[in-house]
Amino acid sequence: MRTTILLKIAFLSLSRNKLRTFLTMLGIIIGVAAVITMMAVGTGARLSVEAAISSLGTNVINVYPGSRNLSGARQEAGTASRFTEAEADAIYAESPAVRYITPVVRSMAQFKFGNRNWRTRVHGVYAEYLFIRDWGLAQGAAYGPSEERGGAKVCILGSTVAAGLFEEGVDPIGKTIRINNLPFRVIGVLESKGQSSFGQDQDDIVLAPFSTVQKKMLGTTYVESLFASAISEEAIPEASAQIESILRRRLRIAANQESDFNIRTQTEITEAATSTSRTLALLLSSIAGISLLVGGIGIMNIMLVSVTERTREIGIRLALGARGRDIRLQFLVEAVAISLLGGILGISLGVGASQFLASAQGWAVEVSTASILMAFGFSFATGVFFGWYPAGKASRLNPIDALRFE
Amino acid sequence: MDSIVSVRNLTKIYQMGEVTLKALRGVDLDIQRGEFVAVSGPSGSGKSTLMNILGCLDAPTEGSYRLDGKEVQSLKPDDLAEVRNRKLGFVFQSFNLLSRTSALENVELPLLYRKDVPAAKIRERAVQALQSVGLADRMHHHPNQLSGGQQQRVAVARSLVNDPVIILADEPTGNLDTRTSLEIMTLFQNLNAQGITLVLVTHEPDIAAFTGRQVVVRDGSIVSDTLNPHPHSAQTELTQFLTDIGET
Repeated sequence: MRTTILLKIAFLSLSRNKLRTFLTMLGIIIGVAAVITMMAVGTGARLSVEAAISSLGTNVINVYPGSRNLSGARQEAGTASRFTEAEADAIYAESPAVRYITPVVRSMAQFKFGNRNWRTRVHGVYAEYLFIRDWGLAQGAAYGPSEERGGAKVCILGSTVAAGLFEEGVDPIGKTIRINNLPFRVIGVLESKGQSSFGQDQDDIVLAPFSTVQKKMLGTTYVESLFASAISEEAIPEASAQIESILRRRLRIAANQESDFNIRTQTEITEAATSTSRTLALLLSSIAGISLLVGGIGIMNIMLVSVTERTREIGIRLALGARGRDIRLQFLVEAVAISLLGGILGISLGVGASQFLASAQGWAVEVSTASILMAFGFSFATGVFFGWYPAGKASRLNPIDALRFE
Repeated sequence: MDSIVSVRNLTKIYQMGEVTLKALRGVDLDIQRGEFVAVSGPSGSGKSTLMNILGCLDAPTEGSYRLDGKEVQSLKPDDLAEVRNRKLGFVFQSFNLLSRTSALENVELPLLYRKDVPAAKIRERAVQALQSVGLADRMHHHPNQLSGGQQQRVAVARSLVNDPVIILADEPTGNLDTRTSLEIMTLFQNLNAQGITLVLVTHEPDIAAFTGRQVVVRDGSIVSDTLNPHPHSAQTELTQFLTDIGET
């Protein structure tokens, strides 16, 4: 039998019992709509987390000194810093998987310009810090190697600091501010990055050459941490391993000893964040599975009723030359039509609900094509799976019994 | 001999738990092309079983059945479906039309189950079949908008549409009043006059009198098989009937 005729028969018989067809579809509609909506919300949440993580920088690797064991008492992490600038330079020279690296020192400081003042941390870093964090300048320029070597008193302000220190309309570039009473010349202003995923204002920051902060402000030889980037996302584990072996060698850590430093990569941070969304996705797919199962059972139930009701029709068709497989196909098409139609309605409802959440509640939602295709595919499969038994039952009817059925 | 139906030693045994029922006990029957045969007998005589086997709706327990020169008793269900589709036309007592489907679509149905007729041709042949039973003006009516006689004529058109070698009619006038019965018998006689082979099951002697051969079945065997050289004319009786009740 031709497909168009089969479809016509299916829609005619479904339209005969509109309410029943609709109620049968309802299970699929609700299930699919819920899945589409929740997947949209889930994807939206994941994308915003990903955006927040990527604002940390590209392929970032952080190296922190570990805690020290002082006579059996474990000290606060970071108390055991034995890193110096030389470690950063050695890693840069020896690790091919590392693209940029900078030592980091930080100091809390009071900033003053005219009658305004501000308090935040000044980061002593190489200018490469900007490349690692993928951070551009809104105004001015970064400092170069000569300022770094010479310990020049120049600084780059985060946009929050700039707004705090300078009145509107005043160009900060070239102005001299005082940081803990030392005069620094402002040479640049960073682009705004906004809040971090933890709610911190990432623009509340001041950058200055590493040597300036380490020697002129803090007066130490140690560095607080190392901040590096790998040459690519795939190279992060390799870079991390190279950094570890270089540091263990330089810090003379014996093979049987634990490293007294921690390496934290962007991959790990991303994984921590995505494991949450993976749990969410698992939860959603189990809801999807259950609702499609319940919807499918509804379809099966109604199809069995329909086969019984239409036994005589089946008998007539068999007498007129329909083969068992023609009958099976007819009922299968009907079951699939119910589930697919339910799926399509569910998808529309889900997309509508997602858009409502986005516009009325301001949620970050993202209806992915994949979720639509998946919902479509699963509703098709549900129809085939749950229509198979009733259709088979119809196809095995004996023509004489079917014709005599009252 | 040009036998459309050739049945030898046809036996059908139904096993119902402990009870064995012999519905047919070795029936031999030949039906020639162009014959109009009435099969009659009391209920439980086995005539329905015989018709079911002749209609390829049921398989015999024993015996052979040649339809249009081809053995059909051992065909698989799918092949039997094809035989029913191509070689047989059915007319039932209760019409057995699909409700909520137009007369035209009902007549098209047998053609939809074969792949060698193009869509345009399907419609054309169905229209022709409806014209031949005089229902060209009722094509788009649904069965519930048609009278019993009209419904049965749609069923006859449906049985004709695939050019079958034989039409099997099971009590076609059982649900009809005298006038429409005569109309249907007139239609059958006209079809027979055009050379179509017909087998009709009936328990009414009046109806059997319109056919050219009367086969009587009793207790699973054929007890009499007589030719009727002078069948009554249904058309004449219909005219007479209409005159009697005052319609012309």
